[in-house]
Amino acid sequence: MKQLLRGRLGRDGTGGHRVGDPVTAAAEESPWGPSPVIEVRSLLKTYGHGDATVRALGGEVDPVTGVSPGVDLVVEQGDMVAVMGSSGSGKSTLMNILGCLDVPTSGRYLLDGIDVGGLDEHQLSLVRNRKIGFVFQSFNLVPRTTALAQVELPLAYAGVKAAERRRRARAALELVGLGDRVDHRPNELSGGQQQRVAVARALVTAPAMLLADEPTGNLDSHSTEDVLAIIDRLNASGRTVVLITHEDEVARHAKRVLRLVDGQVVADVRQAPVDGPPPALSDPAVFAAHAPHALTSGGS
Amino acid sequence: MNPFETLRFAVGGLAANKVRSGLTMLGVLIGVAAVIILLAVGNGSSQAVKDSIEKLGTNALTVSSGGGFGGQSTATSTKPLTVDDARALADPASAPDVESVAPEVTTSQTALYDGTSHSVNQVVGTYPAYFKASNSKVAKGDYFSADDVLNSRKVAVIGSTTATDLFGTASPVGRKIVVGGTPFTVVGVLETKGGTGFQDPDDTVIAPLPTVQNAFTGFGPISQILVEAKSADATTPAQNEITTVLMSQHGIKDSSALDFRVSSQASLLTTQASTNKTFTVLLGAVAAISLLVGGIGITNIMLVTVTERTREIGIRKAIGAPKGVILGQFLAESTLLSLVGGGLGVVGGLVGSRFTIVGITPVVIPQSVVWAFVIAVAIGLFFGSYPANRAASLRPIEALRHE
Repeated sequence: MKQLLRGRLGRDGTGGHRVGDPVTAAAEESPWGPSPVIEVRSLLKTYGHGDATVRALGGEVDPVTGVSPGVDLVVEQGDMVAVMGSSGSGKSTLMNILGCLDVPTSGRYLLDGIDVGGLDEHQLSLVRNRKIGFVFQSFNLVPRTTALAQVELPLAYAGVKAAERRRRARAALELVGLGDRVDHRPNELSGGQQQRVAVARALVTAPAMLLADEPTGNLDSHSTEDVLAIIDRLNASGRTVVLITHEDEVARHAKRVLRLVDGQVVADVRQAPVDGPPPALSDPAVFAAHAPHALTSGGS
Repeated sequence: MNPFETLRFAVGGLAANKVRSGLTMLGVLIGVAAVIILLAVGNGSSQAVKDSIEKLGTNALTVSSGGGFGGQSTATSTKPLTVDDARALADPASAPDVESVAPEVTTSQTALYDGTSHSVNQVVGTYPAYFKASNSKVAKGDYFSADDVLNSRKVAVIGSTTATDLFGTASPVGRKIVVGGTPFTVVGVLETKGGTGFQDPDDTVIAPLPTVQNAFTGFGPISQILVEAKSADATTPAQNEITTVLMSQHGIKDSSALDFRVSSQASLLTTQASTNKTFTVLLGAVAAISLLVGGIGITNIMLVTVTERTREIGIRKAIGAPKGVILGQFLAESTLLSLVGGGLGVVGGLVGSRFTIVGITPVVIPQSVVWAFVIAVAIGLFFGSYPANRAASLRPIEALRHE
């Protein structure tokens, strides 16, 4: 499975690798082994100034030093991390920063070995294109665009040729089980199907990590299982996944669960080893038995 | 993203809102068509005036009574032009560059033939030299002769419009018409000069001077004197000779206090040309304003589109669309709007210029077509760049949060 996926959506096909490209130059594995996909050091995000400052990320200010301890986080390659927390805990802020959609107030963020803080807007768009695959709660598909064109879009922005693009987009849609829905527009697809198109779009560029913000928040339990099963399989094939969720049911699929409270990591629980398959696939029977209602049809 | 794909996205974006795109294009279309048609009308009217003046003959000079243009005449008393003045001008000794002289009196009368009544624009009483000087050729019959003038015979040469209105298809030559109560025998019909300008030059009756004076105007002053110079080059010396002769005739010593006016076709042409230029510029300005309004329409619609599609822009940015691609997409959309609108406007303008507008046949200026189109496209680029830039500069996180 891993080999198959690599072959179909492998990094060799990322396309558009240019000499001196800051995004891809540091991407490949260093002689000291794979660098962590995410390496965050004392990350802080605040809104407003002075007394009106609101801390979205980072803990209480230390009364002695006057400095807030930021968020530290390291995510290894191949890991599947669920970030949990109630609303207002800062998980969406974290997700936006990890996804290079927003910039932190202070702190250091290395994505696949690249210091994102020093990149300009154009380079950031390249990073988003090559390194990150987004899956949003509200699907965020481009309106009036067929599923195939939808999935082709990130490849088009990466400068992949039309024929190659089509082939890879079809393969990605095939992978999420929508090989027969390529010509459907978002308004002709169910929520679960839309989210699967979004997953296909996220993985078609073979990004370093899949960033899913409440991917099942708007889905029924059946579609939830479908989408989670796809994410499980992607992780099993080596893709790094970061899930933002507030549902325990979703978090159960992750190898590691982080709990955010008031912008700080308060718990970090490992549920399965980084190198192994995700919990749902390592022992499906046990996983299903633990929550029988949740896995009646998943995994297909 | 190659240009073809950018274009495809742009077409898709415009097709998503067909009515809005169509109306925006209509704005540009009307602007471009207005520029082309109005400039063509201006050009057509100046062309028409030029043609009608050229039809009078370029060697012709017209002497009329009164001071110079603008009323700068300081003449204490104005002596009217008389037949004696015309005779003096015909003297080859004092005016060697003058070929022929034709004094004119004009009036307006109603002509009758066999129960048919027609109001003639211009009844001209003159000498046979008038025909050559005014470039009027006879199509049927003949001119009246100097003998007819001497004997003040009641003969007339009529214009083609007058002939058609009175006689229909029948030949008028040799028939008798009644003009203002006086019977005239038609001896000839003039060639059609073509209806240009506000007066139909073909609606005329030309008769010997004494006959018309006797019947209508009396033997007093004459309307004007038509002088034909020996050649086109001789018009300037002829003009000077006429001035000298008439100054002595009227007993004027100061050349700045003339009580008559000599105008050549060239001077008429210049006056008309400058009038028409003003006219064309005005029309062009009106059209340019409508083109500008069309351009503002593009900006407006593109701004609405950007606001409406903020979320989509956010999605595109999140999956890695660089700023340039977003900019290109929206610029392509606005340029496409102006390009298609401008193209249709060119077609509309060219079709519209084929019709006669308020009696003027428009003559399309080829440069105006090219420029109107180019400016329309440039307006699309220019007015589209602000919304496009706004779209491209949106921060992805803010664009995504936009509802």
